[in-house]
Amino acid sequence: MNAASLIDSVVQRFPDAVSASHSYRGDATLVLRPQFLVVVAQFLKQDPALAMNFLMDLTAVDYSAFGTRPTPAFFSSSGVAVRPSTQIPDPDPWAGPPNGVRFTVVYHLFSLVHKHRLRLVVPLEEAVEEVDSLTSLWPGANWLEREVWDMFGIRFRGHPDLKRILMYDEFEGHPLRKDYPVKKRQPLIGPVN
Amino acid sequence: MDGTDNASFLTSRLEEAIGWARKYSIFQYPFVTACCGMEYMATACSHYDVDRFGAGFPRFSPRQADVLFVVGTISHKIAPALRRIYDQMAEPKWVVAFGVCTCTGGFYDNYATVMGIDTILPVDVYIPGCPPRPEMVLDGLMKLQERIQGTRKTGKRPPPEPRPDIFQP
Repeated sequence: MNAASLIDSVVQRFPDAVSASHSYRGDATLVLRPQFLVVVAQFLKQDPALAMNFLMDLTAVDYSAFGTRPTPAFFSSSGVAVRPSTQIPDPDPWAGPPNGVRFTVVYHLFSLVHKHRLRLVVPLEEAVEEVDSLTSLWPGANWLEREVWDMFGIRFRGHPDLKRILMYDEFEGHPLRKDYPVKKRQPLIGPVN
Repeated sequence: MDGTDNASFLTSRLEEAIGWARKYSIFQYPFVTACCGMEYMATACSHYDVDRFGAGFPRFSPRQADVLFVVGTISHKIAPALRRIYDQMAEPKWVVAFGVCTCTGGFYDNYATVMGIDTILPVDVYIPGCPPRPEMVLDGLMKLQERIQGTRKTGKRPPPEPRPDIFQP
């Protein structure tokens, strides 16, 4: 199934759940409303035409500093600033998150049966910072959701054991949030440098 | 030559002999956490062969080791374990910081990395490099041998090397 038909099949089944969608160079993306995440994910996994049986990645993005700094130039491996060829059409499909959204949780799904991919983006309101857990569908989501909790501080409703996975228990805060000070250190032993 | 001088002459010759014996029978404890470990293995194996310097016998118990080789990036999470291993080693003991991450934190400057192991334990020899060439490792090893010999000559542990400067742009 190609990107357009993947998007169509979900939009037709759940017209209320999808707030936006786009495809970029053959990769389809659906922006979902958080309350529909579990039903859509269940459909994607169990529908035989889609059969998204592999959760490849689960991560989050902090948009609180989005657009405040200019995009750096793209450098080739030789160190020379280059631009992509104008021959390649390059419309940027992602205009940034909607207003009032600080975090988006991103799910990358793959079908081992049909070899197609789909990306789900779930924007979270700034006050919420909580989303439903997908551990009941993909057991592999367990550690990935723990990592997102550890690094971004997003809670997952229904997760069996939501605790830190990379940082130590004494660590305060969530280091990949944009408001975590770059120079802050929380050593277990030794001076605070 | 009176008796005391004679005695001190004999002891100093004995100390020198002990230092000589010690510097050629280093039991090392490799604390390998990252990519520098590959370079450590390259140095330890037959091409460069640290056995020529009497340091070819890694012990995987800190209680049997003389020299702690800290090889690779140390994070704040593992730092208490490293300190504990250092505390478990019996005197006399020496510490080598292998690779720039252990010397100063290297290119890491973030929430997770210890900015130089000398913030948590005394270091005798710094071997910078990312990773250091085997020649640099052997040079550091020979410097460590001089220090081990020197410890016995003066009867006192030489002060740790000054920490290399950190370039702050």
